[in-house]
Amino acid sequence: MNAVIPIRSDAAGCAEPTVRTERGQREVFCGLTGIIWLHRKIQDAFFLVVGSRTCAHLIQSAAGVMIFAEPRFGTAIIDERDLAGLADCNDELDKVVDKLLSRRPDIRTLFLVGSCPSEVIKLDLSRAAERLSRVHTPRVRVLNYSGSGIETTFTQGEDACLQALVPVLPTLDAQADKRLLVVGTLADVVEDQMRRILADMGITQLDFFPPRNSTDLPAIGPNTRFLLAQPFLADTSLALESRGAQRLAAPFPLGAEGTTLWLQAAASEWGVSKTQFEAVTHAPHQRAEAALARQKVHLAGKKIFFFPDSQLEIPLARFLSRELGMQLAEIGTPYLHRKLMSEELALLPPGSQITEGQHVENQIDRCHAAAPDLVVCGLGLANPLEAQGLTTKWAIELVFTPIQGYEQAADLAELFSRPLRRRIKLAA
Amino acid sequence: MQLTLWTYEGPPHIGAMRVATAMTDVHYVLHAPQGDTYADLLFTMIERLPRRPPVTYTTFQARDLGGDTAELFKNAAREAHERFKPNAMLVGASCTAELIQDDPGGLALALNLPIPVVPLELPAYQRKENWGASETFYHLVRNLVPVGHSRTPLAGRQASCNILGPTALGFRHRDDVKEIQSLLQELGIAVNVVAPLNASVADLRRLAEADFNVVLYPELARTTAQWLQRSCEQPFTQAIPYGVNGTLDFIQEVRTLAGMVDSGKTLADYNQDSRAKWYAKSVDSTYLTGKRVFVFGDATHAIAAARVAHQEMGFEVVGLGTYSREFAREVRDAAKLYGIEALISDDYLEVEDAVKAQHPELLLGTQMERHIAKRLGVPCAVISAPMHVQDFPARYAPQMGFEGANVLFDTWVHPLMMGLEEHLLGMFREDFEFHDGAAPSHLGSGHTVAPQKAAVAQAAVVSGDPASNESSWAPEAEKELKKIPFFVRSKARRNTETFARERGLAQITVETMYEAKAHFSR
Repeated sequence: MNAVIPIRSDAAGCAEPTVRTERGQREVFCGLTGIIWLHRKIQDAFFLVVGSRTCAHLIQSAAGVMIFAEPRFGTAIIDERDLAGLADCNDELDKVVDKLLSRRPDIRTLFLVGSCPSEVIKLDLSRAAERLSRVHTPRVRVLNYSGSGIETTFTQGEDACLQALVPVLPTLDAQADKRLLVVGTLADVVEDQMRRILADMGITQLDFFPPRNSTDLPAIGPNTRFLLAQPFLADTSLALESRGAQRLAAPFPLGAEGTTLWLQAAASEWGVSKTQFEAVTHAPHQRAEAALARQKVHLAGKKIFFFPDSQLEIPLARFLSRELGMQLAEIGTPYLHRKLMSEELALLPPGSQITEGQHVENQIDRCHAAAPDLVVCGLGLANPLEAQGLTTKWAIELVFTPIQGYEQAADLAELFSRPLRRRIKLAA
Repeated sequence: MQLTLWTYEGPPHIGAMRVATAMTDVHYVLHAPQGDTYADLLFTMIERLPRRPPVTYTTFQARDLGGDTAELFKNAAREAHERFKPNAMLVGASCTAELIQDDPGGLALALNLPIPVVPLELPAYQRKENWGASETFYHLVRNLVPVGHSRTPLAGRQASCNILGPTALGFRHRDDVKEIQSLLQELGIAVNVVAPLNASVADLRRLAEADFNVVLYPELARTTAQWLQRSCEQPFTQAIPYGVNGTLDFIQEVRTLAGMVDSGKTLADYNQDSRAKWYAKSVDSTYLTGKRVFVFGDATHAIAAARVAHQEMGFEVVGLGTYSREFAREVRDAAKLYGIEALISDDYLEVEDAVKAQHPELLLGTQMERHIAKRLGVPCAVISAPMHVQDFPARYAPQMGFEGANVLFDTWVHPLMMGLEEHLLGMFREDFEFHDGAAPSHLGSGHTVAPQKAAVAQAAVVSGDPASNESSWAPEAEKELKKIPFFVRSKARRNTETFARERGLAQITVETMYEAKAHFSR
């Protein structure tokens, strides 16, 4: 087994993926949706959307089952009095924040989250955040970002949230040892696994961002090296770089191969020997491959079509084609960030079809024409496509499930094989 | 600006979507930013419809705002017409598009499409989902129904009616329609059109042919029915066929509207045949007597459920409220029947406070109240929208008509501790399996209806009230209080403290507790 798969080894003379850019109706969530996982990850933060009833209804509906009696998110609903100028939006917002913070004394960070209406009426939430921060310091820090649909698509909401946190991260001493920062929300269990593996390689100077507590912010500076654990963090990445941190380019830690290459990027930077790297990764890599082999039976040779959703599509397509032998029809993605994706694009099979943006009606036509065995799409499309005889995988589950790292590689594959196996079971 | 954790209703354009999606050949072109397409999943996931809602969204983004969003809208409307070939088109704006003021109605009319185009003005910062549905239905009907249709006199022919109100994403609308249709058939009344659910544009054009309208959901169809009454001389029903008594009233009303004498089955026969009544009359239901129930939902369901709770279950209605502000007057009137003040609020936190204050033994509410109930350790049944995946069950489960009454009986009684079990729990407090957290045994161990923590927290809140801190509890009295089942303990504590305060007692003894018990016993 070769733990380090040389990039482009089998890509000699291959065609670059073709990229089509489309405009039209986009069947995607806006960035507010990220609040659903961010508010569980950062346990002492509250997300206050400043928006309309639609915003409140969106988060509630996207959360699907309403599991939290009192969630750490809410909406300050703008009403006609605010719009008509009968009430001052800033005074109203202050009142809402006062009420909220008195109800929730456990909150340490409050995010004011901008929405489409708040942006169209040009409500300046950054000034509001500064003002409220002054009032509520030191107990609560107030930050702001935009999760609006006119600015952000689905997972870009997390990018905007993390970007807003970067300026308040403490500064890492210039004399301090090199530290690794893993960027992007991961399940706690995945973080723990990665921490163990990296520690076994001797990389113990390690932080995760976002942290589980907003008062536990990692320090950053020129001695920070960071690895993106999620593909949708372009702005956060730039903000970290502007504070001197250096990004370690790597594919994303999906699948055994992706995880290995991702870890390898850190190992190379820290000068971990090949022997030590193999010693640490050998067992989990073997475990992952054995478990993936069982899933490959269901997936090899099957054709998959991705509608755009979370920007995870390209790394997922790479994983499914290289490790599970699936054929790629179209890979839809809301945005293609070529720099952050370059390692992933290099691993895609020659001639892969990528579509950036969306014209949903045309894309559905192409999907039917491609007759895929499995379609990855949002919840708005899944049941209607199923009714037309296609088998679908809800894209949103890929964002809410621990899928990164060796131990989750087969779980990730299983998410794709389950709809296929279910269809066979129910047909029998 | 209002702080909202959960909302009972979506914005008004969701109401318009409920009408468009219910119908077979209407398309809705919605000027809306990227992200508003989330609304599709309400229909495809919560309701599990096998088709996409007939809605085209312009999904504009920031970069479009500098350009021509009006052109974007026109293209979307033109493409939607070409692709979907609807027989009528609704056009409107969601909250953000309302702010950029592109006038979708004017733009769409300028396209000169060969179908009726109905512009919708649904002010998103004032109004909500049910109002939006009602307005949409009304404007469609107004646009499509010819005024001044004449009908032959009723005498000597079969009467016919329309059923108005059922929409997509409605609380059991699918099953209610089936139940009421079969009831009307049994009564010998023809159903001309059901709308908007499964109706076509051609069906709406035929509405005036019926003799009268059955309004199942006034929140969604009263405006339309009032217009049809004025313009087409069609009277409409007031009685909601909910519960046995409500259904009997409904039968009587439709018979009158259909010009029928009481023939065939009498009301007494129907009453006799009701399974809900049979169950309620059985002695094993006596434990239901006087159970304190708090009712909250849309106005129609809340008013009707309170009546069933009071008249048919023998409960005591201690709270009644609605989030339907448009129907506040009706709910206030209904609350007077039970000697209580109605709660008119769409603020989830306010509803929670009101429930807490009443210490009900059963909460009949929405999915939101299910959470309140879980926190307070109170049994709960869901009687009204907002919709949840569980509100579209696999089985036939109407809320209206006689079968609906049976469903209500089972659904409301199910979360309660059965009578004998409740007694035993009261008698043998030391039994380790009958601890405070024990759920009704028929719900299995998976259900912890009343987590001990919640009950304790609730008790703590009650005793933490500064007004009740005037009398202190003697240790023996405190111990005795613990022998009272948890679900009535906080009420016992509160009553005892009120009793002690009124008498200026410094200390509450075991004696005080029993004196208070005798004083407050019903």
